[in-house]
Amino acid sequence: MIQIKDLHKSYQMGKNSLHVLKGINFEVEEGELVSIMGSSGSGKSTLLNILGILDEADLGTYTLDNTLIKNLSEKVAAQYRNKFLGFIFQSFNLINYKSALDNVSLPLYYQGVNRKERFERSMYYLEKVGLADWSGHLPSELSGGQKQRVAIARALASDPKVLLADEPTGALDTKTSYEVMELIQKINDEGKTILIVTHEPDIAEMTKRIVNLKDGLIIDDTRIEPKRASLYV
Amino acid sequence: MFNIERWQEIFETISKNKLRTALTGLSVSSGIFILIILLGVAEGLRKGTKKQFEKDIPTKLYFGGRFTGKEYKGLNPNRKIRLNLEDYQNINKQFEDDLQYRTANIKRYGAQTSYKDKNGVYILFGVMPDHMQLENAYLIAGRFLSEKDLETRAKVVVLGTRIIADIFGGDHKKAIGKFLTINEIKYTVIGVTEDNGGEREDTYMFTPHSTMTHLYNSPNNAGSFQFTVNPEEDYDIALAKADKFGELVVDNLKKAHNIHPEDDKAINFFNALEGGKDIYMVNVGMKIFFWGIGILTLLSGIVGVSNIMIIIVKERTKEIGIRKALGAQPKSIVSMILHESIFITTLFGFIGLFLALGILEFLGPKIETDFIISPTVDFNVAISTVIMLVFAGAFAGYLPARRASKIKPIIALRDE
Repeated sequence: MIQIKDLHKSYQMGKNSLHVLKGINFEVEEGELVSIMGSSGSGKSTLLNILGILDEADLGTYTLDNTLIKNLSEKVAAQYRNKFLGFIFQSFNLINYKSALDNVSLPLYYQGVNRKERFERSMYYLEKVGLADWSGHLPSELSGGQKQRVAIARALASDPKVLLADEPTGALDTKTSYEVMELIQKINDEGKTILIVTHEPDIAEMTKRIVNLKDGLIIDDTRIEPKRASLYV
Repeated sequence: MFNIERWQEIFETISKNKLRTALTGLSVSSGIFILIILLGVAEGLRKGTKKQFEKDIPTKLYFGGRFTGKEYKGLNPNRKIRLNLEDYQNINKQFEDDLQYRTANIKRYGAQTSYKDKNGVYILFGVMPDHMQLENAYLIAGRFLSEKDLETRAKVVVLGTRIIADIFGGDHKKAIGKFLTINEIKYTVIGVTEDNGGEREDTYMFTPHSTMTHLYNSPNNAGSFQFTVNPEEDYDIALAKADKFGELVVDNLKKAHNIHPEDDKAINFFNALEGGKDIYMVNVGMKIFFWGIGILTLLSGIVGVSNIMIIIVKERTKEIGIRKALGAQPKSIVSMILHESIFITTLFGFIGLFLALGILEFLGPKIETDFIISPTVDFNVAISTVIMLVFAGAFAGYLPARRASKIKPIIALRDE
């Protein structure tokens, strides 16, 4: 599903060049649930931005679902993001003046799906995350866990190939974190490829594979037997 | 342009951000409102001053004889030209249909005037009945000269108020019917006039033109002529007509008196209407001035909207970042912001427009001053402001929209 070869990325910080990714090689098969770990400054967020086509690598190749991601115009990048990827953020990033249902249906709006079908499909995903009854509520009326579940429903709405989650439990307490992880595992069980950036070991242990990043290089890549979050809830 | 989904999106955004929308709208509405009111007042002012000036300066034309400036047909230059009654009658005959008021006017300075023991020195005029209308004078007592006075060369006189004050102690009624001696000839006082022109005009005495020429034995000197042409609605048409009339009369007079066709000194021709040109130009200047102020007001409204849109874009940076991460293309961001901006400016612009038009419509006719008459804005002006509005909306929204489309999702979504 994802192939990355010799990926380099530098940022220009004034006169100094900051080499963030120093040659990453990495593959993800369909249906995997991968966690990317590392301390801050290890380059994990940069890697996620590149995977999410929000940023572009300086060197190396990135292939997503057999499509080479290189030198894309903003327009095509937007199309690919919409088609291939679903994002889940630490701070949820819901649009605060839109209801849960409207938030979930936003990716479908940008796909040009008509209003009726948009709401039907969005309702389906809201049901899936257990928030059908909350569809008319604004984000400000939801708890943190509920917001993240709305965000997950939104990420799923466009039926993407890969879900990218950046510290999805970073803003949540432990119990709620496990609830969210339970949902993510459930989605993965249905075959969706999911990448999670996290620095919490207990969250990483709930994934099938832990990739450890340090100073812009992968220092460890281990497949594990995931702990089921449902056991802790 | 017309995409129901996008309109739904815009309505949703607008209705969820009522305060923001209201503030933006207020600045546009008030801009347009002020523009339309200003233009309406300017139009009222234009009509008002036009009417004022038309009242003060009728289409009056003056012809008089002077000294020739050029030798012609063996006649020496510097010859005095005296207009005579025949000239006057010829003009009347030729332009019968165009003339409104007419008079020949001969005057005599230093007329010794006395009644009983009171006396004074005034200016005696020989004029025709239309003189009163031509000078914008009005009667205080008695009557003015009549056609019959003219025919019978009656020895009657109409006096200015100043003379009544000097000689009859200010009692107008008492003066009527009295015999006044002017240069040792007795005249019956038949009326008293007052002139708006000033105090000097109130020391004038008017006697029939025929009486004057007969008594002073100058049948070949009719003095100067004054005419008004029939009034026209439009200033330019009136001016053109008066100019043409004046030119023809001057040409005829030149022929009749053997004056060189290019001698401009011999005949004194003055078109009072031309003085009105200045006032007309003032009107044009005023219109430009009001448009200028109006457009600057609107411009500040547009800058205001643009400013608000920039703030909105800033405020919505995160939202736009989210939208882009979810697959919104730059084009759709630009059109979202532009749409919103144009929609808001147009909607609130129309509100301001109709409010202002309504006020002009209902309050306009109630304004009764001499200088502002029924302030209105015509249809074309309303249409051009509407077109201006749409452009204003587009202009106000464009820069912020472009800025919005350049927002990088990773920067927008970076957690603080």
